Amino acid sequence: MRRLGIAAAVGAALFGSARLPAAAAEDTHLKDAPGRELTVGRCIVCHSLEYIPANAPAENRAGWQKTIQKMRERFGAPITDEEAQQILDYLDANYSGKS
Amino acid sequence: MLSRRDLLLATAAGWVCPRVPADERASTAPEVLAALPGKQALIQRAFRPPNFETPLAQLAAPFTPNDAFFVRYHLAVIPRIEPHAWRLNVGGASVQHPFSVSLRDLRGSFERASLAAVNQCSGNRRGLFSPRVPGVQWGNGAMGNALWSGVRLRDVLKRAGVGAAALEVVFSGADSAVLPATPNFVKSLPIERALDENTLIALEMNGQPLPHWNGAPARLIVPGWTGTYWMKHLTDIRVEPKPFDGFWMKAAYRVPTGAFPGARFASQESAETTPITEILVNSLIVSPQNGARLKRGERAELIGKAWDNGAGIEAVEVSSDARRSWRDATLGRDLGRFAWREFRMPLDTSGAGPLELAVRARSRNGARQPDALTFNPSGYHDNIVQTVSLEIA
Repeated sequence: MRRLGIAAAVGAALFGSARLPAAAAEDTHLKDAPGRELTVGRCIVCHSLEYIPANAPAENRAGWQKTIQKMRERFGAPITDEEAQQILDYLDANYSGKS
Repeated sequence: MLSRRDLLLATAAGWVCPRVPADERASTAPEVLAALPGKQALIQRAFRPPNFETPLAQLAAPFTPNDAFFVRYHLAVIPRIEPHAWRLNVGGASVQHPFSVSLRDLRGSFERASLAAVNQCSGNRRGLFSPRVPGVQWGNGAMGNALWSGVRLRDVLKRAGVGAAALEVVFSGADSAVLPATPNFVKSLPIERALDENTLIALEMNGQPLPHWNGAPARLIVPGWTGTYWMKHLTDIRVEPKPFDGFWMKAAYRVPTGAFPGARFASQESAETTPITEILVNSLIVSPQNGARLKRGERAELIGKAWDNGAGIEAVEVSSDARRSWRDATLGRDLGRFAWREFRMPLDTSGAGPLELAVRARSRNGARQPDALTFNPSGYHDNIVQTVSLEIA
């Protein structure tokens, strides 16, 4: 916390006190819909969640399927077949082609 | 519905028509400014692993400030390294005398070397790609220019004694993945690139110790090659007689074979894909920014940066008539062939109306920025001619 405070103070000195830059934080909230909890639970093991909305414009169902497969096979994410299906349904319904 | 701006433009053009912006390639990703400890507020593309982009205004200085320099990680476990505890291990099947060295001894035992160089992420501008491709949705700021100081990799390898069969040099750093099953970020270079006198192990950036988020206490500098090879928090160097077969070489950071110019990485090439290597000739308009309004009759100047793989920038041309004719901009001070080169051109603000400018750089090796994007699935090498739409009123 102390480090963040210093960063904020340095930021304030550089940007003027009118606007404090926010300290970087992990605070993305994924859309409330069936499958959200499972998706959050599996994805946040390795990365923060803004990767999901940030990539939405570049993704569709086939794209998300490829991404989930990459996370499982290349990066070793512990996700079962059944879970992968639920995560795919959630991501496709909520983050395909949308930001 | 026409806005006031559209009406002004319509009046200037003499008839009403839908206005097509010159640069429609604005990233759709929202831009959140946030500060990592020790950094200014940067564009937060992702928090963990941290990926933070330098805002355009911070790319104006000849040397990008350390606390504004972009941050790019693949894996989320990033230890803060105590300089006195750090060691660099040099070994591998193709060295005669493996050794380990402390930071102090590394600094003290090898000749000091410095150079200015652009560090550009392979995926810089991925967020501008059309069609969109997955990955960190970078705008223009996954790059910066800095003065890097340290020792030559070549000198360090020579002490270890490089055998005749050496093919690649493999680099790994202290950062790692959350899950043991995730491949660690390990990269290799062709032996000849590793032995190039310009490949450095940097300990300093712009005269200061390397910032934590940019690879403290030591990182690799591969001038002219994209950032993926610039290993941060460097801890291990291995010289090997075989191609390194890790994920980050064999499956990531690859482009279609033959699609782009630049150095070949023959030992890693397949018929379909090949590793991304050298930076392509490119330029960036820093100011005025797209959509800016200029006051009629007031002095105004187009300012930007141009860079390439180290051949050096020969010229930067500007067109104000939809790319029919081009005029040379004035080049700024030469900071070294691997650095970017500033360009400037006064703008004619005598008449009201829209002003669309296109900028293209030419390298001393003859390469010029293309008009059209060469699509590739990972979104690399976006060096197409940039445009800005301004309005004089």
